[in-house]
Amino acid sequence: MILWFTIVQIAVAVAAGLFAVIAGLAGRRPSDYTVGALALVELLLIIQVVVAIIAPFAGNPPSGDLLEFWVYLGSAVLLPVGGVTWALLERSRWSTVILGCLAFAVAIMLWRMEVIWMIQVA
Amino acid sequence: MTTTETRSRMTGVGRVLVIVYAVMALAATGRSFVQIVRRFDEAPLAYSLSALAAIVYIIATLGLVLAHRRGWYTIAWVAIIFELVGVLVVGTLSLVVPELFQHDSVWSVFGRGYLFIPLVLPAFGIWWLRTHRPASARAAARSQEVAA
Repeated sequence: MILWFTIVQIAVAVAAGLFAVIAGLAGRRPSDYTVGALALVELLLIIQVVVAIIAPFAGNPPSGDLLEFWVYLGSAVLLPVGGVTWALLERSRWSTVILGCLAFAVAIMLWRMEVIWMIQVA
Repeated sequence: MTTTETRSRMTGVGRVLVIVYAVMALAATGRSFVQIVRRFDEAPLAYSLSALAAIVYIIATLGLVLAHRRGWYTIAWVAIIFELVGVLVVGTLSLVVPELFQHDSVWSVFGRGYLFIPLVLPAFGIWWLRTHRPASARAAARSQEVAA
């Protein structure tokens, strides 16, 4: 993992989470903006997948358990997809709140991934 | 009237609750999978508990989704009460007898590793179940009132 990229990614996920939760609680249905914010989170996650595949071959191996890392990353990639699918099926304000909650969950999981990659001493 | 309301799928804030439960189920399942594959022999008790917690989260998620059916409503209650007891007992034990839970489980220190969501979630679950009884249970309660 690349620390600055992960930090940018977490910041985007937190911002998307705040934006969608506030918009949802304000009564907004899922819009191009809230769904778009989650799409951006997903795009960054896919880039992270590519980074995580390449990094060990580029002299940046994980310090922690690679299996644990991939379970986190695999789960995180699924969350925005699930949330957006839900938002398209169920166009209510609560779907917008759900989009936000999932973005927060992605942010937390990214931080755990960074810890697994960087800090753990096996 | 009320029957159409209760027969429809989960509405409103209940859906958010289901999603949070589903994410917890996913997180707990993923983590216990890794723990059991990698280091089960190091802490069989804590890791078995992780797996059990993951299964209960999955059951609670299903129970909440299908709570409009009577059987599932009961299952949801059992799963959520089990969770509440689990997080309180394991949380307390992990502080009082730390050598028993040196390896993290979902419920260690009241779910600290999960932002204390495991501690708060059962309360929301119980609140939701209390306010959303299935139609059949409500009718039964009403007939009892009439009889009394």
